[in-house]
Amino acid sequence: MSDIKLAKAPPGVEGAGFFATSLEKAIGLARSNSLWPLPFATSCCGIEFMATMGSTYDLARFGAERPSFSPRQADMLLVMGTIAKKMAPVLRQVYTQMAEPRWVIAVGACASSGGIFDTYSVLQGIDEIIPVDVYVPGCPPRPEAILDGVLRLQDIVKSETLNRRNTPEYRALLEKYGIETYG
Amino acid sequence: MDKIDNAYLWDKLTSKFGQDIVQLHDGFDLLTVDVHVDAIIPVLTFLKQDEELQFIHLTDITAVHYPLQKKAFEIVYHVNSLINNIRIRVKVQLDGIHPEIPTATTIWKGANWMERETYDFYGIQFLGHPDLRRILNVDDMEVFPMRKEYPLEDPNRVDKKDLYFGR
Amino acid sequence: MSDFITKISPNKPVYEDNDPQDELITLNIGPTHPATHGVFQNVVQIDGERIVSGVSTIGYIHRAFEKIAEHRPFYQITPLTDRLNYCSAPINNMGWHMTVEKLLKIEIPKRVQYMRVIVMELARIADHIICNGILGVDTGAFSGFLYVMQEREFIYEIFEEICGARLTTNIGRIGGFERDFNDIAFAKIEEFLKRFPPVLTEFMELFDRNRIFIERTSGIASVTAEEALDYSWSGPILRATGVDYDIRVQNPYCSYEEFDFDVPVGTKGDVYDRYMVRNEEMRQSMRIIEQALSKIANEPKGVFHADVPEFYLPPKEQVYTNMEALIYHFKIVMGEVETPKAEVYHAVEGANGELGFYLVHDGGRTPYRLHFRRPSFVNYQMFAPMSAGMLLSDAILNMSSLNVIAGELDA
Repeated sequence: MSDIKLAKAPPGVEGAGFFATSLEKAIGLARSNSLWPLPFATSCCGIEFMATMGSTYDLARFGAERPSFSPRQADMLLVMGTIAKKMAPVLRQVYTQMAEPRWVIAVGACASSGGIFDTYSVLQGIDEIIPVDVYVPGCPPRPEAILDGVLRLQDIVKSETLNRRNTPEYRALLEKYGIETYG
Repeated sequence: MDKIDNAYLWDKLTSKFGQDIVQLHDGFDLLTVDVHVDAIIPVLTFLKQDEELQFIHLTDITAVHYPLQKKAFEIVYHVNSLINNIRIRVKVQLDGIHPEIPTATTIWKGANWMERETYDFYGIQFLGHPDLRRILNVDDMEVFPMRKEYPLEDPNRVDKKDLYFGR
Repeated sequence: MSDFITKISPNKPVYEDNDPQDELITLNIGPTHPATHGVFQNVVQIDGERIVSGVSTIGYIHRAFEKIAEHRPFYQITPLTDRLNYCSAPINNMGWHMTVEKLLKIEIPKRVQYMRVIVMELARIADHIICNGILGVDTGAFSGFLYVMQEREFIYEIFEEICGARLTTNIGRIGGFERDFNDIAFAKIEEFLKRFPPVLTEFMELFDRNRIFIERTSGIASVTAEEALDYSWSGPILRATGVDYDIRVQNPYCSYEEFDFDVPVGTKGDVYDRYMVRNEEMRQSMRIIEQALSKIANEPKGVFHADVPEFYLPPKEQVYTNMEALIYHFKIVMGEVETPKAEVYHAVEGANGELGFYLVHDGGRTPYRLHFRRPSFVNYQMFAPMSAGMLLSDAILNMSSLNVIAGELDA
């Protein structure tokens, strides 16, 4: 027997030969442990992300083995680095190209709030143009902090309803950002 | 060959260009000269092509804004002679309302982006430049942000109240 | 158009004029393309896989460093320089400190200079590791990257020991360092000197004579010395063309003139030469660090900053307990120290080339004007013109070997 660690089963009813839980929880478990990241790395934090992907820290341990460089096949948008106003429309387009369900992590001070660059050319936090689920502080955050951010996102994903995209709150949120919703 | 020093360099320049060139200082061992805008291209060409001087490496072009002066803009060229291991700083004073200067891209191709950057920040018109567009800022920007009258922070911000920042 | 292609590359097949596929395709690469390692946009016209022309657009992370610098006192500009070339932040920090010290005419003790040399050379190795590792990845060899990235992690550990941060280090103060290197730091530097050479050798053995690597890189993006100088290149890519311009030798700063090291140069200026030059520079950096360590051993212990209380921020614990320290702290932070009215240009050999700081100071609290001469910005402008006639895949390799860092490019 190898020492593979299995994900903890969600709460449910267990009996002889069966285990019953809600579909939502089962899917949440699957989703949270296979988040495909889309690294949107612009500057310094991107270098720390390289270290996070590297063998010492190894983000792949948490089910993010395949960095997806195409937004269409990604679940988790990791925005790392300063987003200038010139870049903002690009980021927004990448976000709209992602399929639901989609989550966003703002890695580092610049992506979260503009950081030390309170200037005419820098977007003061990406949450001005797209909704953000997890903010990771640091300038740049250490790889451990980025890993922690991913783990916190997994918590969110686990407990989220399957039908999030159709909930009125979510639709209202996207409408606030002027992002089209379908379905 | 003897090492070329600043005094020799200055003698050589002044005998060639006379009135058009003024020595400002040679602080920190870097000869700084002020050149009239009409003479800038001949001076740079001379520096590059003179067989003895050979200032072949254009290190940098930038500008400084002095809003209170009549000649409000100063274009600064740093040129390096790799063979003689000597640098020179050449300055040109420009009018504040219509800053115009001939381009140095005819001498060094590398001047292209340096001049575009200077245009982007200060609005200096480099006459004859092949592609004088904004380079770092967004294309539809209307101001030249490095001029002293423009603020550092985005003036459209609503979330930052002056009250909380003691202003 | 066929004429054009035959003209620029005579050995390539000539396309017939009546070729139905004789139509150019416009391809947009970037600004977030996995092949470009950073935010660069290039719109290229391609004929098949061959690039006919290209236009680079930059500025996607323009952060207005120079404008911020006009609003910050000297000691607060160090964190900004970190974020220029974030792959080798300490070189930028040291370059900035030396610029200010030149302005203020501060004499730096020898031991501090050697400590700076160590930090800068470690940063150079870290930067070259990234560049050459990524070049390997782009030619299809991922494992080399993993070998050397381990060592880069170790350099980070050394930086952490010295200053507490990994990437954006903010090492040092004007006048020296904020604290002495501790014993663990020295031990780790020595360990690094022992463990890195075999890894580098292994890395080079993977690539140097590798048929695939040579065919992908040799003769690709060859640049002559004249062209390179015309475009104001500097650093390893200029040396790969055969010009031995290294500021550490030309205008020695930080006592580099006392060190014995070679400046490697290439002959053809192609991607392979740039790779070889960077590898050799890593070896030379190791030599420099070795010499610096032995020089430090001969210097008086415990000296880690110049004795300039009016410019060097005092330690915080002294500010709370010592009157004099409090006064100096207050004066420095409020900008009430007399500073000369002058302009100064100081250049250091950054990992990518000549990193220059042009500082115009009017005696106030902040610089009147600070301009960064950024090697990536100057080097990158040749990318689009030189891509014409190149295969798309070769252009990507060319970009990796130029080692353009977005933060430094856009400032």
